[in-house]
Amino acid sequence: MVLAFSLLAAPEKHLSVYSVAANYSLPLTQRDNRDYVGLLEVLEPLGRVSAKTEGSRWRLRYNNIEAEFQGGKNKAKVQGRDADLGAKFFVENNRGLVPVGALSSLLPRILGGPVSLHEDSGRLFIGSISTHFTASLASANPARLVFNFTAPVNPQISNEPGALRMTFSHEPLVAPASPTLTFGNKMIPSANYSESNGNAVVTVSTTIPVMASFSNNGRTVTIAAANAPAQAAAGGTETAGGTNPATPTQAPAAQPPVARKYFAVVDASHGGDDHGETLSPTLLEKDVTVALARSLRQELESRGITTLVLRDSDANLSIDQRAVFTNADHAAIYIAVHAASSGHGVRVYSALLPPGEDDRGPFHNWTVAQRGALALSRTAASAVASEMQRRQIPVRNVGAPLRPLNNLTGPAIAVEVAPQGSDVSQLTAPDYQQLITSAVATAVAATRDQLGVAP
Amino acid sequence: MIPRQLIIAISALLLLALGLGLYAWHMGKTVASTQPGGTDTRPLAPPVAGPSEQVTLFVAHDADGTLRPESAQIPMPSGRQQRAEELLRSLVSLYLDKSSPHVLGAGSDIRSVFLVDPGVAVIDLNSAFADTHRSGVLVEELTVASLIHTVSANTPGITKVKILVDGKDRDTLAGHADLNDFYDVSAVNQLATQLQTP
Repeated sequence: MVLAFSLLAAPEKHLSVYSVAANYSLPLTQRDNRDYVGLLEVLEPLGRVSAKTEGSRWRLRYNNIEAEFQGGKNKAKVQGRDADLGAKFFVENNRGLVPVGALSSLLPRILGGPVSLHEDSGRLFIGSISTHFTASLASANPARLVFNFTAPVNPQISNEPGALRMTFSHEPLVAPASPTLTFGNKMIPSANYSESNGNAVVTVSTTIPVMASFSNNGRTVTIAAANAPAQAAAGGTETAGGTNPATPTQAPAAQPPVARKYFAVVDASHGGDDHGETLSPTLLEKDVTVALARSLRQELESRGITTLVLRDSDANLSIDQRAVFTNADHAAIYIAVHAASSGHGVRVYSALLPPGEDDRGPFHNWTVAQRGALALSRTAASAVASEMQRRQIPVRNVGAPLRPLNNLTGPAIAVEVAPQGSDVSQLTAPDYQQLITSAVATAVAATRDQLGVAP
Repeated sequence: MIPRQLIIAISALLLLALGLGLYAWHMGKTVASTQPGGTDTRPLAPPVAGPSEQVTLFVAHDADGTLRPESAQIPMPSGRQQRAEELLRSLVSLYLDKSSPHVLGAGSDIRSVFLVDPGVAVIDLNSAFADTHRSGVLVEELTVASLIHTVSANTPGITKVKILVDGKDRDTLAGHADLNDFYDVSAVNQLATQLQTP
């Protein structure tokens, strides 16, 4: 009974994967007292991958690389050459399970690039991706500790007696030169870096109640005494720093007045019979928008923003259906994604409203349902445009007669992505997609407090 | 024995037939050599009666996504509705040129413009205009803004514009710009102002 309870209480183990294409987390399963992970699930977000089961054989194809595995065997073949897995391979329900420890030798041969596996903590870095940080004491009394990160972060923050803990589940954070940092201050004497179960954790030791605040577009986290203002170390908007149940925090101006399942709804425009623009003889707008929408979801969720992609397959979805679903969810922000071959860079649109009568009581006029939220939509559009400019991406920010923007009751924008030059194939490049989507996500994260109170 | 007069008559007729045949062959060659080399797909503009006037066309430029005012000298009829039609036909004619900054598809034309109610204009495009239009939010928006701003800036009193295609409602111009609703001219004028700077 006690054993069963302890097993139930044990947290599920995860592998966090960080790459330029996407950051994601996968559940681990235990076989023969080892951690295993589905190989197909590891590779799916990274490229074109397929698998086929033939009895106990499991064949994998990733882009042009072929690999063959056999259930119960410790060895596999990648492009015809032997690869040692270190433990048995399992085929279960057409899933191929490999020991986590084998990923460090297996993936470089499949992906053709370096990987770094932190096996004990369940963290996998693909390519040269990492977020570094520094910590320094900005003032001694009142104590103010400033963390600067090389990329925006959005850790979960929790307090416990004598410590503030920042848990990074989506960021490829790596350890500083020394895992323990000392500051020689009585109120905030030290901070410690550790990793476990797919997370990186920075624990700040304190002798006083402290709070965390964010600035510099999520690149700076300032820890300060709870009764002292946590000034931003660098310019930028100061935002509330996650949840901090033990001490007061800089909470949003108001709690959301309505329950919403998703904060952001990302709409991959077109789909099914509606191809959108034919960008090239082999490239349709509807396919690019899905890829961009998925990348944007990844970027938003890595900043702690719950996100739904409205069209996550090649399905027909009418404009009215998109509007109805978004309105029903009371999403704090709707982002339609478009792609175009003409022009350069990014265009950000808010609604250009048609003439229409005002709402009657609780009923919105369908054609101008956006009217009440248009100011917030323009704020969000301006934030996205500013972030693009900051990243030196050519950007326009204008209104557009583009449905369903005018049918939405909450803040709504559309983002149209064009290549930076004349080569439309850039629209499919993961680097370019991430450059755009991370800018959009950063802007949404920076305005989340304003958007979050929208009806 | 064949009479001599009959032989002479038949010979004369044969010579005449040969001569006519040679003449017909020569004429056929001449006609073929004077045929035009290609077909001009641009619509034939009806003759316009009226003095030339200086008007402002708001011309879309795809390269930088702008809408720029350009002066043009065009013959303008006296009727308000005919003037609006002539304005937009001049604009479309400009876009049909292959070197235009915002090329429209071959055969694009304005079927008519109706000023049906004080303050309301209805622009009726032909189907080739919409069917051959390039797809994209900005490229479609530039066309719509160019048409509406040009007609409203030169025709005082228009507050709302509706765009039809072949006399019927259509969801979008080419997959993006909404054509279901009326356009609010003041909102389009603000948009046109935004679009005048890159």
